[in-house]
Amino acid sequence: MLLNASGCLDALTAPEVARSLDGFVTKTITPEPREGNPPVRIAETDSGMLNSIGLANPGRERFLTESLPRLRELGVPLWVSVGGFSAADYAETCAVLENVEAIELNLSCPNVDEAPESAAAIVAACRAATSLPLYAKLSPSAWDIVEAARAVEAAGADGLSLVNTLRGLALDERTLRPKLGRGTGGYSGPALKPVALAAVYACSAVVGIPIVGMGGVQAGLDALELIAAGASAVALGTILFSDPAAPARIRSELAAETAARNLGHPLDALGAAHSSLQMGVSYSDNEARKKPGNERKVTA
Amino acid sequence: MRRELRKVTGAEQVGPYTLLRVKRGGLDVGVPGQFFMLEAPGRLLPRPMSVCLVAAGELAFLIDPIGPGTRALCALERGEELHVLGPLGNGFDLDVERPLLVGGGIGIAPLPFLSARLSHGRLDSPPAILGFRSDWHAEAASLVPNAEVCVEPTYVTELLPDDPGDLLACGPEPMLSALRARVPDAQLAWEAPMACGYGACYGCAVEIDGELKRLCVEGPVLRAA
Repeated sequence: MLLNASGCLDALTAPEVARSLDGFVTKTITPEPREGNPPVRIAETDSGMLNSIGLANPGRERFLTESLPRLRELGVPLWVSVGGFSAADYAETCAVLENVEAIELNLSCPNVDEAPESAAAIVAACRAATSLPLYAKLSPSAWDIVEAARAVEAAGADGLSLVNTLRGLALDERTLRPKLGRGTGGYSGPALKPVALAAVYACSAVVGIPIVGMGGVQAGLDALELIAAGASAVALGTILFSDPAAPARIRSELAAETAARNLGHPLDALGAAHSSLQMGVSYSDNEARKKPGNERKVTA
Repeated sequence: MRRELRKVTGAEQVGPYTLLRVKRGGLDVGVPGQFFMLEAPGRLLPRPMSVCLVAAGELAFLIDPIGPGTRALCALERGEELHVLGPLGNGFDLDVERPLLVGGGIGIAPLPFLSARLSHGRLDSPPAILGFRSDWHAEAASLVPNAEVCVEPTYVTELLPDDPGDLLACGPEPMLSALRARVPDAQLAWEAPMACGYGACYGCAVEIDGELKRLCVEGPVLRAA
C-alpha cells in the first residue's frame, strides 16, 4: 500500500497524483486556522531538504465544511492528519471525524511547539473520542522511539507512522545566516532513509500493530527495504516534490524488485530484515556471486 | 502531470546569466509568466524558471547561478539531459491595450517571451524599461526589444512615465513593491523558493491579500491591487 506523507501533496491541486496512491493523507489539521511559518520555508541541502511550513491549514471548521467534501469526491481513501497543542485539541478533532479510512496523529512536527502531554496521553484521549483507526506518527528524534511505540500501542493506537522529519539547519552561503525564516526546519529526503529503516526495524520488533514506513523513499527498492524492516505500508514524501509521477514509477519498480526475489507480493518480504532466512536476488550475471566474500544463499 | 527528460540544445552566457536552451518536443510552452520546474542531474529538487524565449523546436530559460541548484543548471552542456515539468502557475493576462514591460535583474527572464507574444498583430514590440545592478548584468537587456535600460543607482521607477498604461513587470521584491505603490492595477510576477511548483509543498507561501498563499497556485503573476 502506497500513501503520501502528510504535508507532501495537496489532492485538490493535484488530484491525479492523489488518485495514483492507495490512500491520500491530508495536511495536518489543527482546531484553529494556521497561516504557517514566515517565508523562507524550504531549502535544499546536501542529501535532503529542509522545510519549515509550520502546519499551515484552514483549521478544523473549514476543513470539515470546505476541504473534506471536495476530497471525498476524489474517490481515494482518506487519511486525516490531526494536530494540536494539547491532548484535548487532538481529541476534539478526532471526535468530529467520520467516514474516513484512518486518522494519523501528528505527534512529531519539528516546526511548531509541541503539546505538553506525552504521545501516549494524546493517543489515549483520542482513543476515547473515536473508533476510527488511529495511527501515531512519531519523531525519529524521540529519546527512545521504541519506548514511545510501546506506550502509544498500550494507549490504544491501531498503527504507527514512522518517521517524521529530523530537525536541521541550513545557512545561506553568502550571509551565513539561517536560510529558513524560522531558523531550523524538518530534514527529509534520501538522508532520512537509514533513520526511518532503523526506527521501523526497532519498533516492529516490539509492537504488534501495523507500521506505515516513510523517509527518503526514492525508488521501489527503498520501499521494499522499509517493508523488509517491518512496514506493511509505505508513504512517499520529498520525492513527490520533484516527481509527481513517482507513485506509478515506484509501484512498478517495487513489483520488479519483488519478482527479482521470486516473491509473489511485496508484503511477502514483510519483516525479512528480522529473519534468519537470507533473501537473495537471483543475479542473471553470476560475476557478482563469484567474487570472494560475496556469496549469497538464494531462496526461492 | 508528468515531468519529462529533455535534451539541452545549447547554453550561452548573457552577462552573469546563462541562457539554457532545451529541446521543446511536444511540450506546451504555456503563457508568458508561467514557469517550468527544471531539475539538473544529481540534484534532489528542481528549480522554478519562467520561459524566456520560444523558438522553433526549443524553449530557453534565463538562469542566474546563485546557489548549488542554479549553478548545476547553468553547468549543463549541449546534449546533456534535464527533467522539466510544466508549464505551471498563472501567466500574464495578454489582453492589454497599452502594454509597458518593466524588468529588474534576473526578473527580465519572462519579458522576451512576453514581448514576442504582445507583438502579435502590432506594428512594434511593446516598450520596456529594464534596470540592472551593473553594466555586466545589463548585457541581458539585449534579449528584450524596444527597451530603455538603466543601471544602479538609477532605478526603473525613475524612468516610469506619469501614465504608464498597462504595466507588466517582473523583478526583485523592492522593485515590485515600488511599482505596486505607483500603479495599482499592474500585473506583477513574483518569485519565491519552491520545492514542487504544483501546490504540494506549501514552501512558496507569500502574503497575498493579507493572507499567506501559495505563489505557485495563485501566481506567480498577480494583480497589484
